[in-house]
Amino acid sequence: MDGSGKSTQIYLLKRWLELQGLKVFFSEWNSSTLVKNATSKGKKRELLSPTTFSLIHATDFADRYERQLVPLLRAGYVVLCDRYIFTAFARDTVRGCPPEWVRDIYNFAAMPDLVFFFKAPLEISLQRILDGRPQLKYFEAGMDLRLSPDPYESFRIFQGRILEQYLAMSADFKFLVIDASEPIEAQQNIVRDLVAAKVDLHQFVPHKRPKKT
Amino acid sequence: MKAAKSSTLRKSVRGIIVPKCKPRRFYGRGVPGVDLSKLAGKLIVVEGADGSGRSTQIVRLVEWLEGSGHATVQVGLKRSTLVSEELDQAQQGNILSHTTLSLFYATDFADQLENIILPGLRAGLMVLADRYIYTLMARDMVRGMDEAWVKNLYGIALIPDVVFYLNVQPQELIERNFAKKQALDYWESGMDLGLSRDMFDSFLQYQSLVAAKFRELQRTYGLTIVDGHRTPEEINIELRHRIQSVLEG
Repeated sequence: MDGSGKSTQIYLLKRWLELQGLKVFFSEWNSSTLVKNATSKGKKRELLSPTTFSLIHATDFADRYERQLVPLLRAGYVVLCDRYIFTAFARDTVRGCPPEWVRDIYNFAAMPDLVFFFKAPLEISLQRILDGRPQLKYFEAGMDLRLSPDPYESFRIFQGRILEQYLAMSADFKFLVIDASEPIEAQQNIVRDLVAAKVDLHQFVPHKRPKKT
Repeated sequence: MKAAKSSTLRKSVRGIIVPKCKPRRFYGRGVPGVDLSKLAGKLIVVEGADGSGRSTQIVRLVEWLEGSGHATVQVGLKRSTLVSEELDQAQQGNILSHTTLSLFYATDFADQLENIILPGLRAGLMVLADRYIYTLMARDMVRGMDEAWVKNLYGIALIPDVVFYLNVQPQELIERNFAKKQALDYWESGMDLGLSRDMFDSFLQYQSLVAAKFRELQRTYGLTIVDGHRTPEEINIELRHRIQSVLEG
Protein backbone atom coordinates (compact mmCIF):
# COMPACT_ATOMS: atom_id res chain seq x y z
CA MET A 1 0.00 0.00 0.00
CA ASP A 2 1.02 3.60 -0.50
CA GLY A 3 2.09 5.04 2.82
CA SER A 4 2.92 1.70 4.39
CA GLY A 5 6.63 2.45 4.61
CA LYS A 6 7.53 -0.35 2.17
CA SER A 7 10.07 1.75 0.27
CA THR A 8 12.05 2.34 3.46
CA GLN A 9 11.98 -1.38 4.21
CA ILE A 10 13.11 -2.44 0.76
CA TYR A 11 15.92 0.14 0.87
CA LEU A 12 17.15 -1.23 4.19
CA LEU A 13 16.97 -4.77 2.85
CA LYS A 14 19.02 -3.75 -0.15
CA ARG A 15 21.67 -2.13 2.05
CA TRP A 16 21.90 -5.26 4.17
CA LEU A 17 22.45 -7.47 1.13
CA GLU A 18 24.90 -5.04 -0.46
CA LEU A 19 26.96 -4.76 2.69
CA GLN A 20 27.37 -8.53 2.63
CA GLY A 21 28.90 -8.09 -0.81
CA LEU A 22 26.09 -9.91 -2.63
CA LYS A 23 24.92 -9.32 -6.18
CA VAL A 24 21.77 -7.34 -5.55
CA PHE A 25 19.80 -5.00 -7.73
CA PHE A 26 16.96 -2.71 -6.79
CA SER A 27 14.69 -2.27 -9.79
CA GLU A 28 13.78 1.36 -10.18
CA TRP A 29 11.25 0.45 -12.80
CA ASN A 30 12.53 2.87 -15.40
CA SER A 31 10.35 2.59 -18.46
CA SER A 32 11.60 3.29 -21.93
CA THR A 33 10.75 6.75 -23.22
CA LEU A 34 8.25 5.52 -25.76
CA VAL A 35 6.02 3.64 -23.40
CA LYS A 36 6.38 6.34 -20.77
CA ASN A 37 5.27 9.00 -23.25
CA ALA A 38 2.14 7.07 -24.16
CA THR A 39 1.29 6.40 -20.54
CA SER A 40 1.74 9.97 -19.40
CA LYS A 41 -0.23 11.31 -22.36
CA GLY A 42 -3.08 8.95 -21.54
CA LYS A 43 -3.03 10.05 -17.94
CA LYS A 44 -2.65 13.77 -18.49
CA ARG A 45 -5.41 13.92 -21.04
CA GLU A 46 -7.57 11.51 -19.07
CA LEU A 47 -7.93 9.24 -22.09
CA LEU A 48 -7.80 5.96 -20.24
CA SER A 49 -10.63 3.51 -19.62
CA PRO A 50 -10.19 0.65 -17.14
CA THR A 51 -9.17 -1.61 -20.06
CA THR A 52 -6.66 0.74 -21.66
CA PHE A 53 -5.35 1.76 -18.23
CA SER A 54 -4.68 -1.89 -17.55
CA LEU A 55 -3.16 -2.61 -20.97
CA ILE A 56 -0.87 0.37 -21.10
CA HIS A 57 0.47 -0.45 -17.65
CA ALA A 58 0.94 -4.06 -18.71
CA THR A 59 2.89 -2.78 -21.73
CA ASP A 60 5.04 -0.68 -19.46
CA PHE A 61 5.60 -3.60 -17.10
CA ALA A 62 6.47 -5.97 -19.96
CA ASP A 63 8.98 -3.46 -21.28
CA ARG A 64 10.75 -3.19 -17.95
CA TYR A 65 10.43 -6.88 -17.29
CA GLU A 66 11.95 -7.95 -20.58
CA ARG A 67 14.64 -5.29 -20.71
CA GLN A 68 15.69 -5.25 -17.08
CA LEU A 69 14.34 -8.01 -14.86
CA VAL A 70 14.88 -11.02 -17.08
CA PRO A 71 18.50 -10.13 -17.87
CA LEU A 72 19.22 -9.47 -14.18
CA LEU A 73 17.72 -12.76 -13.10
CA ARG A 74 19.62 -14.58 -15.82
CA ALA A 75 22.78 -12.90 -14.60
CA GLY A 76 22.15 -14.29 -11.14
CA TYR A 77 21.15 -11.21 -9.16
CA VAL A 78 18.89 -10.88 -6.15
CA VAL A 79 16.32 -8.51 -7.63
CA LEU A 80 14.30 -6.33 -5.31
CA CYS A 81 11.10 -4.79 -6.69
CA ASP A 82 9.10 -2.06 -5.06
CA ARG A 83 5.70 -3.30 -6.33
CA TYR A 84 5.15 -6.06 -8.85
CA ILE A 85 2.23 -7.58 -10.76
CA PHE A 86 0.06 -7.67 -7.63
CA THR A 87 -0.30 -3.90 -7.75
CA ALA A 88 -1.88 -4.28 -11.18
CA PHE A 89 -4.11 -7.13 -10.01
CA ALA A 90 -5.48 -5.01 -7.18
CA ARG A 91 -5.79 -1.75 -9.08
CA ASP A 92 -7.28 -3.13 -12.29
CA THR A 93 -9.77 -5.31 -10.44
CA VAL A 94 -10.97 -2.32 -8.45
CA ARG A 95 -11.44 -0.52 -11.77
CA GLY A 96 -13.73 -3.30 -12.97
CA CYS A 97 -11.48 -5.40 -15.21
CA PRO A 98 -12.17 -9.14 -14.92
CA PRO A 99 -9.57 -10.48 -12.44
CA GLU A 100 -8.81 -13.63 -14.49
CA TRP A 101 -8.20 -11.54 -17.61
CA VAL A 102 -5.68 -9.36 -15.79
CA ARG A 103 -3.94 -12.33 -14.16
CA ASP A 104 -3.62 -14.16 -17.47
CA ILE A 105 -2.11 -11.13 -19.16
CA TYR A 106 0.63 -11.00 -16.55
CA ASN A 107 1.34 -14.73 -16.60
CA PHE A 108 4.52 -14.13 -18.62
CA ALA A 109 6.05 -12.67 -15.45
CA ALA A 110 7.90 -15.03 -13.12
CA MET A 111 6.43 -15.57 -9.66
CA PRO A 112 8.73 -14.01 -7.08
CA ASP A 113 10.52 -16.20 -4.58
CA LEU A 114 9.26 -13.98 -1.77
CA VAL A 115 6.45 -11.45 -1.66
CA PHE A 116 6.26 -9.09 1.29
CA PHE A 117 3.04 -7.25 1.95
CA PHE A 118 3.30 -4.31 4.30
CA LYS A 119 -0.05 -4.07 5.92
CA ALA A 120 -0.97 -0.85 7.63
CA PRO A 121 -4.40 0.09 8.93
CA LEU A 122 -6.04 2.16 6.21
CA GLU A 123 -6.29 5.25 8.41
CA ILE A 124 -2.56 5.21 9.10
CA SER A 125 -1.46 4.85 5.49
CA LEU A 126 -3.96 7.47 4.36
CA GLN A 127 -2.77 9.83 7.06
CA ARG A 128 0.88 9.38 6.02
CA ILE A 129 0.07 10.33 2.47
CA LEU A 130 -2.60 12.92 2.97
CA ASP A 131 -0.92 14.80 5.82
CA GLY A 132 1.19 16.70 3.36
CA ARG A 133 -1.94 17.61 1.34
CA PRO A 134 -0.27 16.32 -1.82
CA GLN A 135 -1.56 17.18 -5.24
CA LEU A 136 -3.36 13.92 -6.04
CA LYS A 137 -3.41 13.04 -9.69
CA TYR A 138 -6.64 12.07 -11.45
CA PHE A 139 -6.02 8.34 -11.84
CA GLU A 140 -3.98 8.08 -8.65
CA ALA A 141 -7.01 9.31 -6.71
CA GLY A 142 -9.25 6.91 -8.63
CA MET A 143 -11.27 9.88 -9.94
CA ASP A 144 -12.13 7.89 -13.08
CA LEU A 145 -14.27 5.63 -10.90
CA ARG A 146 -16.53 8.53 -9.93
CA LEU A 147 -16.45 7.55 -6.29
CA SER A 148 -16.57 11.13 -5.09
CA PRO A 149 -16.09 14.57 -6.67
CA ASP A 150 -13.56 15.35 -3.93
CA PRO A 151 -10.13 13.95 -4.84
CA TYR A 152 -9.21 13.25 -1.21
CA GLU A 153 -12.45 11.47 -0.46
CA SER A 154 -12.13 9.56 -3.75
CA PHE A 155 -8.58 8.55 -2.84
CA ARG A 156 -9.74 7.25 0.57
CA ILE A 157 -12.45 5.07 -0.92
CA PHE A 158 -10.15 3.91 -3.73
CA GLN A 159 -7.32 2.95 -1.36
CA GLY A 160 -9.80 1.12 0.86
CA ARG A 161 -10.92 -1.01 -2.08
CA ILE A 162 -7.34 -1.67 -3.13
CA LEU A 163 -6.52 -2.85 0.38
CA GLU A 164 -9.47 -5.27 0.20
CA GLN A 165 -8.09 -6.68 -3.04
CA TYR A 166 -4.61 -7.15 -1.61
CA LEU A 167 -6.01 -8.95 1.40
CA ALA A 168 -8.17 -11.14 -0.82
CA MET A 169 -5.18 -12.33 -2.89
CA SER A 170 -2.85 -12.60 0.08
CA ALA A 171 -3.29 -16.37 0.54
CA ASP A 172 -3.27 -17.18 -3.21
CA PHE A 173 0.15 -15.65 -3.68
CA LYS A 174 1.57 -16.52 -0.26
CA PHE A 175 2.15 -12.93 0.80
CA LEU A 176 4.45 -12.58 3.78
CA VAL A 177 2.44 -10.04 5.70
CA ILE A 178 4.41 -7.55 7.76
CA ASP A 179 2.67 -5.36 10.30
CA ALA A 180 3.56 -1.89 9.04
CA SER A 181 2.46 -0.24 12.25
CA GLU A 182 5.48 -1.74 14.06
CA PRO A 183 8.72 0.29 14.40
CA ILE A 184 10.94 0.35 11.31
CA GLU A 185 13.66 -1.71 12.99
CA ALA A 186 11.25 -4.39 14.18
CA GLN A 187 9.86 -4.78 10.66
CA GLN A 188 13.32 -4.91 9.12
CA ASN A 189 14.35 -7.58 11.59
CA ILE A 190 11.51 -9.83 10.44
CA VAL A 191 12.19 -9.08 6.78
CA ARG A 192 15.89 -9.98 7.06
CA ASP A 193 15.10 -13.13 9.03
CA LEU A 194 12.65 -14.28 6.38
CA VAL A 195 15.03 -13.56 3.53
CA ALA A 196 17.86 -15.40 5.27
CA ALA A 197 15.61 -18.37 6.01
CA LYS A 198 14.06 -18.69 2.57
CA VAL A 199 16.82 -17.69 0.19
CA ASP A 200 20.20 -19.37 -0.09
CA LEU A 201 22.22 -16.18 -0.14
CA HIS A 202 25.51 -17.96 -0.90
CA GLN A 203 24.57 -18.36 -4.53
CA PHE A 204 24.61 -14.59 -4.92
CA VAL A 205 28.26 -14.15 -4.02
CA PRO A 206 29.89 -12.57 -7.08
CA HIS A 207 32.17 -14.71 -9.20
CA LYS A 208 35.80 -13.96 -8.55
CA ARG A 209 37.93 -13.26 -11.56
CA PRO A 210 40.62 -15.89 -11.96
CA LYS A 211 43.91 -14.52 -10.72
CA LYS A 212 46.59 -13.88 -13.25
CA THR A 213 49.55 -16.15 -12.79
CA MET B 1 -46.14 13.74 -63.09
CA LYS B 2 -45.77 14.93 -59.51
CA ALA B 3 -47.47 11.84 -58.17
CA ALA B 4 -45.15 9.58 -60.15
CA LYS B 5 -42.07 11.33 -58.81
CA SER B 6 -43.08 11.06 -55.19
CA SER B 7 -43.88 7.39 -55.61
CA THR B 8 -40.39 6.66 -56.93
CA LEU B 9 -39.00 8.62 -54.00
CA ARG B 10 -41.00 6.58 -51.59
CA LYS B 11 -39.90 3.44 -53.34
CA SER B 12 -36.20 4.25 -53.06
CA VAL B 13 -36.62 5.19 -49.40
CA ARG B 14 -38.32 1.91 -48.76
CA GLY B 15 -35.32 0.20 -50.37
CA ILE B 16 -32.94 1.17 -47.56
CA ILE B 17 -32.49 -1.72 -45.19
CA VAL B 18 -32.75 -0.86 -41.54
CA PRO B 19 -30.50 -3.44 -39.85
CA LYS B 20 -31.95 -5.23 -36.86
CA CYS B 21 -30.30 -5.17 -33.48
CA LYS B 22 -28.99 -8.66 -32.87
CA PRO B 23 -27.66 -10.16 -29.66
CA ARG B 24 -23.90 -9.76 -29.49
CA ARG B 25 -21.02 -11.30 -27.64
CA PHE B 26 -17.40 -10.70 -26.86
CA TYR B 27 -14.85 -13.38 -27.68
CA GLY B 28 -13.83 -13.61 -24.04
CA ARG B 29 -14.48 -11.57 -20.97
CA GLY B 30 -14.97 -8.35 -22.91
CA VAL B 31 -14.54 -4.83 -21.62
CA PRO B 32 -16.35 -3.65 -18.50
CA GLY B 33 -19.34 -1.32 -18.71
CA VAL B 34 -20.78 -2.19 -22.13
CA ASP B 35 -24.45 -2.88 -22.77
CA LEU B 36 -24.34 -5.40 -25.60
CA SER B 37 -28.05 -5.19 -26.30
CA LYS B 38 -27.76 -1.61 -27.54
CA LEU B 39 -25.41 -2.09 -30.48
CA ALA B 40 -27.50 -1.48 -33.58
CA GLY B 41 -24.73 -1.07 -36.18
CA LYS B 42 -22.73 -3.76 -37.92
CA LEU B 43 -19.05 -4.58 -37.60
CA ILE B 44 -17.42 -5.60 -40.87
CA VAL B 45 -13.78 -6.67 -40.86
CA VAL B 46 -11.40 -6.96 -43.81
CA GLU B 47 -8.18 -8.86 -43.08
CA GLY B 48 -5.25 -9.65 -45.32
CA ALA B 49 -1.57 -8.95 -45.83
CA ASP B 50 -0.20 -5.65 -47.16
CA GLY B 51 -0.91 -5.68 -50.87
CA SER B 52 -3.90 -8.01 -50.59
CA GLY B 53 -6.22 -5.20 -51.64
CA ARG B 54 -7.81 -4.39 -48.29
CA SER B 55 -7.92 -0.63 -48.63
CA THR B 56 -9.19 -0.75 -52.21
CA GLN B 57 -12.02 -2.99 -51.12
CA ILE B 58 -12.86 -0.83 -48.12
CA VAL B 59 -13.02 2.34 -50.22
CA ARG B 60 -15.47 0.61 -52.55
CA LEU B 61 -17.52 -0.81 -49.70
CA VAL B 62 -17.84 2.60 -48.07
CA GLU B 63 -19.09 4.07 -51.33
CA TRP B 64 -21.58 1.25 -51.80
CA LEU B 65 -22.79 1.36 -48.17
CA GLU B 66 -23.24 5.13 -48.23
CA GLY B 67 -25.05 4.85 -51.55
CA SER B 68 -27.34 2.30 -49.89
CA GLY B 69 -28.10 4.76 -47.10
CA HIS B 70 -25.81 3.54 -44.34
CA ALA B 71 -23.47 5.77 -42.36
CA THR B 72 -19.97 4.37 -41.91
CA VAL B 73 -16.89 4.79 -39.77
CA GLN B 74 -13.47 3.21 -40.22
CA VAL B 75 -10.90 1.82 -37.86
CA GLY B 76 -7.55 0.13 -38.43
CA LEU B 77 -4.34 -0.84 -36.74
CA LYS B 78 -2.19 1.91 -35.26
CA ARG B 79 -4.89 4.55 -35.50
CA SER B 80 -5.70 5.17 -31.83
CA THR B 81 -5.38 8.59 -30.23
CA LEU B 82 -3.70 6.95 -27.30
CA VAL B 83 -0.65 5.16 -28.70
CA SER B 84 -0.50 5.33 -32.51
CA GLU B 85 2.44 7.77 -32.63
CA GLU B 86 4.45 5.83 -30.10
CA LEU B 87 3.74 2.55 -31.88
CA ASP B 88 5.02 4.06 -35.09
CA GLN B 89 8.20 5.17 -33.40
CA ALA B 90 8.63 1.81 -31.74
CA GLN B 91 8.53 0.16 -35.12
CA GLN B 92 11.00 2.58 -36.62
CA GLY B 93 13.58 1.76 -33.99
CA ASN B 94 12.64 -1.88 -33.38
CA ILE B 95 13.40 -1.45 -29.71
CA LEU B 96 10.56 -3.21 -27.96
CA SER B 97 10.56 -6.90 -27.24
CA HIS B 98 7.71 -9.18 -28.27
CA THR B 99 5.49 -9.14 -25.20
CA THR B 100 5.82 -5.38 -24.92
CA LEU B 101 5.02 -4.73 -28.57
CA SER B 102 2.15 -7.15 -28.43
CA LEU B 103 0.61 -5.40 -25.42
CA PHE B 104 1.22 -2.03 -27.04
CA TYR B 105 -0.80 -3.14 -30.06
CA ALA B 106 -3.52 -4.48 -27.78
CA THR B 107 -3.69 -1.06 -26.13
CA ASP B 108 -4.08 0.56 -29.54
CA PHE B 109 -6.85 -1.89 -30.38
CA ALA B 110 -8.67 -1.44 -27.06
CA ASP B 111 -8.58 2.34 -27.38
CA GLN B 112 -10.28 2.18 -30.77
CA LEU B 113 -12.69 -0.50 -29.62
CA GLU B 114 -13.93 1.66 -26.76
CA ASN B 115 -13.79 5.02 -28.48
CA ILE B 116 -14.80 4.29 -32.06
CA ILE B 117 -16.10 0.78 -32.63
CA LEU B 118 -18.50 0.46 -29.69
CA PRO B 119 -19.81 4.06 -29.82
CA GLY B 120 -20.18 3.66 -33.61
CA LEU B 121 -22.22 0.50 -33.26
CA ARG B 122 -24.30 2.11 -30.53
CA ALA B 123 -25.05 4.96 -32.94
CA GLY B 124 -26.10 2.46 -35.61
CA LEU B 125 -23.10 2.90 -37.92
CA MET B 126 -21.48 0.39 -40.24
CA VAL B 127 -18.04 0.02 -38.71
CA LEU B 128 -15.42 -1.05 -41.27
CA ALA B 129 -12.27 -2.41 -39.73
CA ASP B 130 -9.15 -2.47 -41.89
CA ARG B 131 -7.78 -5.49 -39.95
CA TYR B 132 -8.88 -6.54 -36.50
CA ILE B 133 -7.52 -8.84 -33.81
CA TYR B 134 -6.71 -11.72 -36.18
CA THR B 135 -3.69 -10.05 -37.79
CA LEU B 136 -2.45 -9.14 -34.33
CA MET B 137 -2.98 -12.68 -33.06
CA ALA B 138 -1.36 -14.27 -36.10
CA ARG B 139 1.68 -11.99 -35.80
CA ASP B 140 2.03 -12.74 -32.10
CA MET B 141 1.71 -16.46 -32.55
CA VAL B 142 4.20 -16.56 -35.42
CA ARG B 143 6.58 -14.85 -32.98
CA GLY B 144 6.12 -17.62 -30.47
CA MET B 145 3.67 -16.03 -28.07
CA ASP B 146 1.51 -18.50 -26.20
CA GLU B 147 -1.82 -19.00 -27.97
CA ALA B 148 -3.88 -19.12 -24.77
CA TRP B 149 -2.25 -15.89 -23.63
CA VAL B 150 -3.06 -14.14 -26.90
CA LYS B 151 -6.64 -15.39 -26.84
CA ASN B 152 -7.18 -14.15 -23.32
CA LEU B 153 -5.71 -10.79 -24.22
CA TYR B 154 -8.06 -10.34 -27.17
CA GLY B 155 -11.03 -11.68 -25.25
CA ILE B 156 -11.87 -7.97 -25.00
CA ALA B 157 -12.86 -7.96 -28.68
CA LEU B 158 -16.43 -7.88 -29.87
CA ILE B 159 -17.34 -10.66 -32.30
CA PRO B 160 -17.78 -8.99 -35.70
CA ASP B 161 -20.78 -9.59 -37.99
CA VAL B 162 -18.50 -10.72 -40.77
CA VAL B 163 -14.76 -11.13 -41.27
CA PHE B 164 -13.21 -11.36 -44.73
CA TYR B 165 -9.69 -12.62 -45.24
CA LEU B 166 -8.29 -11.60 -48.60
CA ASN B 167 -6.08 -14.49 -49.47
CA VAL B 168 -3.21 -13.74 -51.86
CA GLN B 169 -0.19 -15.97 -52.53
CA PRO B 170 3.10 -14.59 -51.16
CA GLN B 171 4.68 -14.47 -54.65
CA GLU B 172 1.83 -12.29 -55.87
CA LEU B 173 2.04 -10.12 -52.73
CA ILE B 174 5.70 -9.46 -53.42
CA GLU B 175 4.95 -8.16 -56.90
CA ARG B 176 2.14 -5.94 -55.62
CA ASN B 177 4.38 -4.54 -52.86
CA PHE B 178 7.09 -3.74 -55.40
CA ALA B 179 4.58 -2.09 -57.69
CA LYS B 180 3.22 0.03 -54.85
CA LYS B 181 6.24 0.92 -52.73
CA GLN B 182 9.23 -0.23 -54.78
CA ALA B 183 10.43 -2.04 -51.69
CA LEU B 184 9.51 -4.60 -49.09
CA ASP B 185 8.54 -3.50 -45.60
CA TYR B 186 10.75 -4.62 -42.69
CA TRP B 187 7.87 -5.86 -40.53
CA GLU B 188 5.79 -7.30 -43.35
CA SER B 189 8.90 -9.29 -44.25
CA GLY B 190 9.18 -10.53 -40.65
CA MET B 191 12.80 -9.40 -40.54
CA ASP B 192 12.67 -9.23 -36.73
CA LEU B 193 12.27 -13.02 -36.67
CA GLY B 194 15.65 -13.67 -38.20
CA LEU B 195 14.26 -16.23 -40.66
CA SER B 196 16.76 -15.15 -43.26
CA ARG B 197 19.03 -12.20 -43.80
CA ASP B 198 17.77 -12.04 -47.33
CA MET B 199 14.65 -9.87 -47.32
CA PHE B 200 13.01 -11.56 -50.29
CA ASP B 201 13.49 -14.94 -48.73
CA SER B 202 12.31 -13.73 -45.33
CA PHE B 203 9.20 -12.14 -46.87
CA LEU B 204 8.17 -15.40 -48.53
CA GLN B 205 8.79 -17.47 -45.42
CA TYR B 206 7.11 -14.98 -43.09
CA GLN B 207 4.01 -14.51 -45.24
CA SER B 208 3.62 -18.27 -45.52
CA LEU B 209 3.82 -18.61 -41.74
CA VAL B 210 1.22 -15.88 -41.27
CA ALA B 211 -1.05 -17.42 -43.89
CA ALA B 212 -0.81 -20.77 -42.11
CA LYS B 213 -1.80 -19.09 -38.84
CA PHE B 214 -4.77 -17.51 -40.60
CA ARG B 215 -5.90 -20.93 -41.76
CA GLU B 216 -5.84 -22.03 -38.11
CA LEU B 217 -7.68 -18.91 -37.03
CA GLN B 218 -10.19 -19.47 -39.80
CA ARG B 219 -11.19 -22.77 -38.21
CA THR B 220 -11.56 -21.25 -34.74
CA TYR B 221 -13.16 -17.94 -35.66
CA GLY B 222 -15.00 -18.76 -38.86
CA LEU B 223 -13.36 -16.18 -41.10
CA THR B 224 -14.63 -15.96 -44.65
CA ILE B 225 -11.68 -16.61 -46.92
CA VAL B 226 -11.91 -14.60 -50.11
CA ASP B 227 -9.83 -15.36 -53.18
CA GLY B 228 -7.80 -12.17 -53.56
CA HIS B 229 -6.31 -13.03 -56.95
CA ARG B 230 -9.38 -11.87 -58.89
CA THR B 231 -10.09 -8.33 -60.09
CA PRO B 232 -11.07 -5.74 -57.46
CA GLU B 233 -14.56 -5.58 -58.96
CA GLU B 234 -15.10 -9.34 -58.80
CA ILE B 235 -13.94 -9.41 -55.20
CA ASN B 236 -16.12 -6.44 -54.28
CA ILE B 237 -19.20 -8.09 -55.74
CA GLU B 238 -18.63 -11.07 -53.49
CA LEU B 239 -18.09 -8.88 -50.42
CA ARG B 240 -21.20 -6.79 -51.13
CA HIS B 241 -23.24 -9.92 -51.61
CA ARG B 242 -22.15 -11.29 -48.26
CA ILE B 243 -22.59 -7.97 -46.46
CA GLN B 244 -26.04 -7.67 -47.97
CA SER B 245 -27.12 -10.87 -46.24
CA VAL B 246 -25.67 -9.58 -42.96
CA LEU B 247 -27.73 -6.41 -43.34
CA GLU B 248 -30.89 -8.33 -44.13
CA GLY B 249 -30.23 -10.40 -41.02
